Amino acid sequence: MKPSEFARFWRRFRRNKGAVFGLGVFVAIVVMAVCAGIIAPYNPLEQSYAHIMEGPSLDHWLGTDSFGRDMLSRIIYGARIALIVGILAVLLAMVIGVTLGLISGYYGGIIDTVIMRLMDGVFAFPILILAIALMAVMGFGVRNVIIAVAVVSVAPFARVTRGDVLAVREEPYIEAARLSGISNTAVIFRHVLPNVLAPIIVQGALRVSAAIITEAGLSFLGLGPPPPTPVWGSMIAEGRNFIVMAPHISTFPGIALMITVVGLNLLGDGLRDTLDPKLKL
Amino acid sequence: MTETILEVRNLSIDFDGDEGAVRAVDGVNFTIQRGEILGLVGESGAGKTLTSEAILRLIRCPPGRITGEILYRGRNLLRLGEAELADIRGKEIAMIFQNPIPSLNPVFRVGEQLLETLALHLPGRRRTLRQKAIDLLTRVGIPSAERRAEDYPHQFSGGMCQRAMIGMGIACTPSLLVADEPTTALDVTIQAQILALIRRLAAELGMAVLLVSHDLGIISQMCHRVIVMYAGKIVEEAPMATIFHAPEHPYTRGLMACIPRLDDAPARLGSIAGVMPGLRDLPSGCRFHPRCPIAEARCAVEEPASRPLTNSHRVACHLAGKTSPPPRWAEAPGQDKD
Amino acid sequence: MAAFVLRRLGQTVIVLSIASVIVFALMRMIPGDPVQIIMGSEYSPEAEAQLRHQLGLDRSIMAQYVIWIGNVLRGEFGYSYLNHERVSVLLWDAFLPTLFLVIGTTIVGLLIALPSGIIAAINKGTGWDYGSMGFAIVGYSMPSFWKGIILIWIFGVYLGWFPTMGYVHPWDNLGESLWKLTLPSITLGTFFAGLVARITRSSLLEVLDQDFIKAARARGVRQATLVYKHALHNALIPVVTVIGLQFGTLLGGAVLTETVFTIPGMGRLTVAAILNREYQIVQGAVLLGVVFVVVVNLLVDLTYAFLNPKIRVQ
Repeated sequence: MKPSEFARFWRRFRRNKGAVFGLGVFVAIVVMAVCAGIIAPYNPLEQSYAHIMEGPSLDHWLGTDSFGRDMLSRIIYGARIALIVGILAVLLAMVIGVTLGLISGYYGGIIDTVIMRLMDGVFAFPILILAIALMAVMGFGVRNVIIAVAVVSVAPFARVTRGDVLAVREEPYIEAARLSGISNTAVIFRHVLPNVLAPIIVQGALRVSAAIITEAGLSFLGLGPPPPTPVWGSMIAEGRNFIVMAPHISTFPGIALMITVVGLNLLGDGLRDTLDPKLKL
Repeated sequence: MTETILEVRNLSIDFDGDEGAVRAVDGVNFTIQRGEILGLVGESGAGKTLTSEAILRLIRCPPGRITGEILYRGRNLLRLGEAELADIRGKEIAMIFQNPIPSLNPVFRVGEQLLETLALHLPGRRRTLRQKAIDLLTRVGIPSAERRAEDYPHQFSGGMCQRAMIGMGIACTPSLLVADEPTTALDVTIQAQILALIRRLAAELGMAVLLVSHDLGIISQMCHRVIVMYAGKIVEEAPMATIFHAPEHPYTRGLMACIPRLDDAPARLGSIAGVMPGLRDLPSGCRFHPRCPIAEARCAVEEPASRPLTNSHRVACHLAGKTSPPPRWAEAPGQDKD
Repeated sequence: MAAFVLRRLGQTVIVLSIASVIVFALMRMIPGDPVQIIMGSEYSPEAEAQLRHQLGLDRSIMAQYVIWIGNVLRGEFGYSYLNHERVSVLLWDAFLPTLFLVIGTTIVGLLIALPSGIIAAINKGTGWDYGSMGFAIVGYSMPSFWKGIILIWIFGVYLGWFPTMGYVHPWDNLGESLWKLTLPSITLGTFFAGLVARITRSSLLEVLDQDFIKAARARGVRQATLVYKHALHNALIPVVTVIGLQFGTLLGGAVLTETVFTIPGMGRLTVAAILNREYQIVQGAVLLGVVFVVVVNLLVDLTYAFLNPKIRVQ
């Protein structure tokens, strides 16, 4: 994207307050994840039986959990897992899904039918259930969560890409590129792909938020990274038993999760609105 | 007995956008008499559709802003409340649009939609009105009207949709029919039929018609008088014969020169050099002067007001009446002479 | 219309077949020998061989799949040694609570979503619009399990208005059944509503921009009629499609909600079965889940075809 195009894009984007908020949230999460070691006041794994289930105080801004661990630090470190899983899973899904979509849309015919039917078959599965089933096969833990979430996220990328490729395929400049003798692969990657990139990016943002929620759900069910790893989903599950006497144990991680997801969704929506050519009033 | 049905006074339409307000229609004045067919001609973007839509206040405001007066039989339409306006829409003034198929609701049957219009404005029991609807469809030339009334719009061809729309338009015998490019989206053969239908109905019902088009051929077939618009302003207004044979405004002359004639064989088609300016890049003075073959120094500075040349001929040009049209006004810049 | 229905039915069969293969393959990939799990640690080779033969595990993979499908179509899902019950019975017992949860969710969801979306569209750009859509975004962004916990805390424990766990069949005790379903339905319903409200709003806005609305207005149709009669019917058509598409997500959320509210539905059954290595139950439950989603999608598509005259007629 040329600098002037980016400037124009940025101006439009800036006007969407929700999108800017979303971007802010995303940056904040990234910072939290990367600088967790520096920002977090305590060691998230450090237990302290003297300070069990304390409410928010000056020492512990967000209180402590049932093991006396500092909530704020655990939440900060929790951002790490959320982000890693979210981004890695979506990147993996994007690479596979977009490739499938490109092939499917560009070549059409039998290849298209087969790939799309396969995607339909996968898409028919409720996300969480498929993820759970996959983890039953592969076992639990972070790496498998990433793979499970990735598998579940492939179909939307494939579909979105394919849809746009079908439209772009008929454009004259694609025909021209083909006729000039470039190989099909080159046509796909150098000419088709840049023009279908926008909705893929939008989908990417939205899928990251879906991935984070799915991962949280899996952790909540106990299928995620094992304790004592600080993960928002399992923190919420832990706090469930103490909801009456120490509601903050479940509430704060939930708020963190909610802000993250809302922010990412707003970011995705904002990107979509900004990149949507129809909106060029 | 001429009676002024519609009088448009100083109509201006602005739009508020991200980069400030833009004036799409600037100080338009004209009248329509009972039973006359008035043509509104101009290029795409000249403001003719907006002008026609402003009459029934179909423009979304905001972001639009309409100023001026539109007097229908003396009542200012721009000041009416929604209820009074709804009474006039479809009953006293009707409008048909450029794309007939999307102008019909795809989930309701054609007969239903016609019936709805009738039931809105006319008294009578549904059964009577239903029969009236079928009669209307027959009148506008739809065969097997009773059966076709049960069809959905996607089962109609473009021409038939437009006939149905015309039927809805004349259903309550309005005094004025506003037709915005009614045949642009149709085949040439269907075009002729639709135009003939409009002409016939206008005569039968004593209905005035405001016909908006960019197609001079259509205008010449249909209209008694013609208004020419350019970049949001009216540049010339005259009876049809005058516009076609003795136009005074250089733009109108240019338009006429662009019409290929059968008894001619120029090597190149005529054209007017340049492009109509965008609304944000209007030139100073006369809006046409950068493209005008006879522009003088004054034209770049002072915007010409619309002045009457004769009783029935108004022109907005500093040089109106001072130049005679070229011998064969089939000469325009860039065209070969033989 | 008939052609459309036939085509959709054909598609459904294909999708279900592929899904069943996926389910079967997944379950076969679970590490661990099912026979060992069932028999425990001490068994004789003959007993093992006998059980293996009984379970059909000594046949080829293809044969096993075919046998499984054959059984499934006859309603036979296997036997759970842990629960001493046929899997089909377990599945049916678990299916009903999930079904009612889903129904409750859909009702709550639509009751919230449709008016919100319409109000937002009509009052585009005003506080009503932003407020409505703000609630919608929060609705579907809030993780359902967390929302459930918070609702339990506030309305169940603190205020004591609603029960916080369990399930009762409607025909056993309608009042208690509804009462117990309220909080879970609200939990999932607000999530569902968030998704549907947004699509309702954008769909309605798009329809209101169409030519036929302008043409109808030019004929004197009043604003209220334009919105509720002319526009809404058209606008709801894509909304129906989206509802179908989101149903799978809804079912996923049901899994978590059942866990939070201790509802003995398919979600809890599935998770428990996975943790207990009862692959026959997981197989059956996941397959049923998929069938549920696919059937709902089929119904949604048929509704769409019915609503849209372009497909229904000619």
